[in-house]
Amino acid sequence: MGRRSSSGTSDIAGGVPMKIRVDAEKCQGHARCYGLAPELFDVDDYGQASVIVDVVPPELEAKALLAIANCPEYAIEVVSDEP
Amino acid sequence: MPLTAPVSDWTSDFDVLDPQYVVNPFTIWDDLRARCPIAHTKRRGSNWLPTRYDDVTNMAHDIEHFSSSQVLVIPIGDEESDEGPDLEYGFPPIGADPPLHTWTRRLLLPWFSHARVKSYVPLTRSVCTTLLDGFADGSEVDAAVAYAQQIPVRVIAKILGVPTDMSDTFTQWVRDFLEFADDAERRIAAGDALLTYFVEQMELRRHSPGDDLLSELLQSEVNGEPVDDGVILGMAAVVLIAGVDTTWSAIGSSLWHLSTHPDDLQLLVEHPEMMTQAIEELLRAYSPVTMARVVTEDIVFGGCPMKEGDKVLMNFPAANRDPEAFADPDRVDLNRTHNRHVAFGSGIHRCAGSNLARMELKVALEEWIHRIPTFTLDLGQETTWAGGQVRGPRTLPVVFR
Repeated sequence: MGRRSSSGTSDIAGGVPMKIRVDAEKCQGHARCYGLAPELFDVDDYGQASVIVDVVPPELEAKALLAIANCPEYAIEVVSDEP
Repeated sequence: MPLTAPVSDWTSDFDVLDPQYVVNPFTIWDDLRARCPIAHTKRRGSNWLPTRYDDVTNMAHDIEHFSSSQVLVIPIGDEESDEGPDLEYGFPPIGADPPLHTWTRRLLLPWFSHARVKSYVPLTRSVCTTLLDGFADGSEVDAAVAYAQQIPVRVIAKILGVPTDMSDTFTQWVRDFLEFADDAERRIAAGDALLTYFVEQMELRRHSPGDDLLSELLQSEVNGEPVDDGVILGMAAVVLIAGVDTTWSAIGSSLWHLSTHPDDLQLLVEHPEMMTQAIEELLRAYSPVTMARVVTEDIVFGGCPMKEGDKVLMNFPAANRDPEAFADPDRVDLNRTHNRHVAFGSGIHRCAGSNLARMELKVALEEWIHRIPTFTLDLGQETTWAGGQVRGPRTLPVVFR
């Protein structure tokens, strides 16, 4: 469906540092990401989620993917370095 | 309460107040998903009932065609009240579209932020332990009436700044308004009483403000202007209405599940750290809330010819049981890790109180399990369910020891 982000199901690329972002337009403040991985996300007073790390530490990559897989708005994605 | 006529065909004559639907809507949704998947009825106006995850979430996002100006599943109808206060702005933000929705929601959200909700934990825990003190030393209780029903109303009353000793009255008003909505007289009387009460409370808070939501709304300014009293009245009423039946139903359904699934109960007793994940699965499987939308112009959606003014029931509970969105959806799996459920809705109307509801559900289950780690449904007594706008058990007899 149109709302879905294909990058939401990306596999971890071997050895490449993982970067993630929250699409502020899509985020509706469900706060599932914060509930699952408070080490990676924060949520402001209005529910807007944001990523609080530049690069996801390798030991938290599984948690990042879990947050991606549980966002009801498909608002979290892995950032690709490709243009 | 008027009885509903038997349903002839669920695809073309569905009725969300039919006893079969109230007790076990799951098999009906399965049937509709396979045959339909968007059902229609002419009962209480022309209404559509989507059952697939993608249909429900796409409609929730299409605010241009599906307006929130009428969110009641059972419409109020023509029998308007001449007695109670006028509700000229309806129930913002849940019952409003942008722009009214946008700024009224922004006024409410900080009261239900993660940080703020943490500050309500001690109160919630204290409400739960006090209730448990009243019956945990015995051997049986109605977990819906004596526990689930009592918790959210007390917390939301405190947040709003209205007396918690009015809790039983609040609960009755909300039940009359939502659950017994087919009884127009009962609903109108409850709506009038609730709004009249809030008009009085607004006067009180205007003259002696406290540190509560109602006082803050009365002092708020938007674009340099105070907020219209009619808007505040609708907002206060909706915070109470949305904050009572819904979470109570989620707590009750979760306790029903644990009372009938001893393995899951044992899992949570042995692994309390699983609770955060478990409540998401319980919310998915037993989503209490269905909201309505009104079609703004004639459109064909999913092959269905929808007319302007038709209602669509945002069937979030059925979306959460869609096998295309969830593996083995009718199995409650407290270990489920991929769970993109929409129990709190989808899009701009995501439940503003979802952080509060999650906290209340988690604390209520934690405290119950701590005091009563083993309990089962009492099959010798009747368990009853309410449905329609909000589904959950209304009597839940359980035995322990």
